[in-house]
Amino acid sequence: MSLLRFSTAGSVDDGKSTLIGRLLYDSKGVYEDQLASVAKASANGSGGHIDLALLTDGLRAEREQGITIDVAYRYFSTPKRKFIIADTPGHEQYTRNMATGASTADLAIILIDARNGVLPQSRRHAFIANLLGIRHFVVAINKMDLVGFDKAVYDSILNEFTGFLHRIGGPLAQFIPISARDGDNVVTHSEKTPWYKGPALLEFLEDVPVDEGRELLPARFPIQYVLRPNLDFRGYAGQLASGVFHVGDDVLALPARRHTRISRIVTYDGDLQSAYAPQSVTICLADEIDISRGDVIVPVAALPHVARRFRANCVWMNAKALELGRSYVIKHTSHQVRGVVRAINFRVDVNTLARVGAARLELNEIGEISVETHHPLYFDAYSTNRITGGFIIIDPLSNETLGAGMIVDIEGKEETRGQVSQTDRASRFGHRPAVVAVEDHESAILLERELFDRGSNVVVVTSPEASALKLASAAGLIVIVIGSVPAGAIDLRRTATQESVRQLGRLGVLAGHEELLIEGEGI
Amino acid sequence: MDHLDLLEAESIQIIREVAAEFQNPVMLYSIGKDSSVMVRLAQKAFFPGKIPFPLLHIDTTYKFREMITFRDEFTASIGAKLIVHTNQQAISDGANPLRLGTQKCCGLLKTRALLDGLAAGGYDAAFGGARRDEEKSRAKERVYSFRDEFGQWDPKNQRPELWNVFNSRVDKGQHIRVFPLSNWTELDVWQYIGREDIPIVPLYYAKLRPMVVRGSSLIPVEQDFSLLPGEKPKMVMCRMRSLGCSPCTGAIHSEADTIDKIIDEMKLVRRSERENRVIDHDQEGSMEIKKREGYF
Repeated sequence: MSLLRFSTAGSVDDGKSTLIGRLLYDSKGVYEDQLASVAKASANGSGGHIDLALLTDGLRAEREQGITIDVAYRYFSTPKRKFIIADTPGHEQYTRNMATGASTADLAIILIDARNGVLPQSRRHAFIANLLGIRHFVVAINKMDLVGFDKAVYDSILNEFTGFLHRIGGPLAQFIPISARDGDNVVTHSEKTPWYKGPALLEFLEDVPVDEGRELLPARFPIQYVLRPNLDFRGYAGQLASGVFHVGDDVLALPARRHTRISRIVTYDGDLQSAYAPQSVTICLADEIDISRGDVIVPVAALPHVARRFRANCVWMNAKALELGRSYVIKHTSHQVRGVVRAINFRVDVNTLARVGAARLELNEIGEISVETHHPLYFDAYSTNRITGGFIIIDPLSNETLGAGMIVDIEGKEETRGQVSQTDRASRFGHRPAVVAVEDHESAILLERELFDRGSNVVVVTSPEASALKLASAAGLIVIVIGSVPAGAIDLRRTATQESVRQLGRLGVLAGHEELLIEGEGI
Repeated sequence: MDHLDLLEAESIQIIREVAAEFQNPVMLYSIGKDSSVMVRLAQKAFFPGKIPFPLLHIDTTYKFREMITFRDEFTASIGAKLIVHTNQQAISDGANPLRLGTQKCCGLLKTRALLDGLAAGGYDAAFGGARRDEEKSRAKERVYSFRDEFGQWDPKNQRPELWNVFNSRVDKGQHIRVFPLSNWTELDVWQYIGREDIPIVPLYYAKLRPMVVRGSSLIPVEQDFSLLPGEKPKMVMCRMRSLGCSPCTGAIHSEADTIDKIIDEMKLVRRSERENRVIDHDQEGSMEIKKREGYF
């Protein structure tokens, strides 16, 4: 049985709670005694039939005020799938709850009241769901019974909302005309909509493919915990954020940049030959290297970005507004670092999608920020990897979670497509291009091996021509030259191998623990 | 990966995160089926090492004898460190549900004992086996549930929780309750127990047992159980669907004496598992009120 996580957002009026109540009720996710207590409660309010919305409004304050104020998680299953619903309120003052609910969802159900058409609330929910990385949408056009199951109403909403989804990046969307109250097109296809040829809502939820491609992404293994039960065993426990690792894979541990191999993949149920995201496993490495919680194991062939400065979309979640320059704690995968927000590049008006200038980011506001951390983070863009691209911002004084960030890219890099820049290369290789002069053949070979094992693209050249050096530099390589010292070269002729590596770190050619790799554009 | 693999991977990630980020975590161990699953997940999280934190049982002294026997054998067999805490003062003062009423009795023997037990150990994180599908107010519970200096839960002041990135920062005296089984349902728990062959208290399996029928409840005859006038125990084929204190936990009529039969029963059952827990129904919204005060 597979698992689908989806989010919903909406207010009392658009029938969201009724829809969820309907899904739970029709899939038998509700027990008789719970139903009986709802029947008791709805005897006062609606006359006659059971108010399905009461099944989902949990807290007393909510029941009394008839509102939903937090993220509630609901569970039901069919023979094909287990479902987890992150049920959130839809008003603008609950943007943070919508973002929270969307952060773990694979799919979002956007509810539109057929009588009212596309309202700002539907657009806001779609925008937030898309921002949080949801790629599958169901647009449920509800209360079709109140517009006589009119195809024209459905078509008009479909056209308008398709245009909107295109503007925010074109997630896949399935439009379904429903009546949550009566159950039309919720579990089975309704006879009242002969013009609708698509699946009923539950059929669609049962069959929609999710998580496709997660294994094709580069492997990322943030280390949570170092296991040393005895002197013979040292393993790194964590959950694969993406990709696949096999025993024998060449890997790099960041930030140490030590090249090694996976020697074992250990679990309680026996060793594995390969581990897939999102499995929780323990990885053993062929070499003793000094790595710890917060470090990440990645394939040599596909490194993440390593940087201290990056741009991120941010949803602010606290009544205290975001302050520029204030020291915050950034928690990213299993790594906590101090950092500051250097700039708010723009704020997004979630109703119009307009980008507006902003000096502050207030509760429930969304904008793009520029962040600088004290130590480098090892990340991917959130659009490709939700785990290694997401982070939370914590107030070091009150300990509250203040905001959520979705990394867009390294700072100073506006365009990710088009020509490959030196920054792109430096980010991929983990170093900037350089020409290094050494004493003799032997030291050249030692240094080459040392740098190569750290994942560097390095080559030894005996008597280089200027054009060849220029080409190598353009390709982002580190060139080791024996004997001569060409113009602009780093002179390491009387320096031992290890010291040479440290020197390259200090000069910012190699990314190390402390140094910022991506500053400027190479030499 | 099927749904159980995904839930397992998620729970292990949570358990490791807590062990790595807190100074002094503890796992609350109630002896029930959810605790059994949680302990197995902890074993998996740290294999080949042992579970790096103790298990804490809050003993009301009204637990079934079979539960206590199971507790001692099971924890010893996996090499876990077990701590048992009881509100001795209340017991000496004669606390029992018949005399005090269930609300007051739970308040003293569970909630108070739990808060005292946590304070005594100086724990800054406590795992609990609660699931969000158990009860309405739990649907909004975070995985990391923040508790103030008094151990209390404020539903309006919970930290936003995104992805699997948890905020573990607390000040001295505060703690976090952690629910690694948040996304599991009762059926998931049973399927996992079956798949992983996890030991559970025999009370979960159907058997002929001496019971008293009181109202709509089947109450087991245990220890110094006192019969009401006119009551007579009789042998009933039944099992426990959830385990609490013997005077306050009803059994259900059942023939399910294997895990597979329990799972089949689960798939057909149309009544919720806490229905037979007297304490959930003693007043409107009662679980939410208990939780605010510090109950799990």
